Amino acid sequence: MLDVSAVEAMLKAAFPDGTITVRDLTGTSDHFEASVVSARFEGISRVERHRMVYASLGNAMSGPIHALALKTLTPSEA
Amino acid sequence: MSDDTQARIKQLIDDNKVMLFMKGTKSFPQCGFSNAVVQVLKREGVAFETFNILADPAVREGIKVFSNWPTLPQLYVNGKFIGGCDITVEMHESGELRKELAAAGLV
Repeated sequence: MLDVSAVEAMLKAAFPDGTITVRDLTGTSDHFEASVVSARFEGISRVERHRMVYASLGNAMSGPIHALALKTLTPSEA
Repeated sequence: MSDDTQARIKQLIDDNKVMLFMKGTKSFPQCGFSNAVVQVLKREGVAFETFNILADPAVREGIKVFSNWPTLPQLYVNGKFIGGCDITVEMHESGELRKELAAAGLV
């Protein structure tokens, strides 16, 4: 079981420059919403940005996390 | 993923200009995110095909490998992976989805 701080820590590790907020949508630690603002997204498509985030969460996405609604923005878009 | 599953997935995507892999069906979506995409496609007024991954565990896992995308639902337009629920809704609201559909001559 993952909680909000665990998800935040994983995202922070992959996006050290990033402004990251994570919310547990259902209180059951498996449906989250995350917003990541990072310069690493410059010039990258939405789908690829989300793939970057999923990659940073490793196998958490194939078990503990059932759903992750994502907002992925560059500092200028935020 | 077996070659057979991969071939079946590819066939579904090639045969259907707008293909939605989802939990449940158009009339009985069994997940809020899947239902949101169904509603978006209905509002776009485009014909679309769905596949209920709850009825087929091989495709349920295979589609994640096929698209390198860990969650369902997954939307494909004209053979191209568009995204999951949040991207599809975002593109619907920004008008980008309309452009993709128009570019494929679907609306």
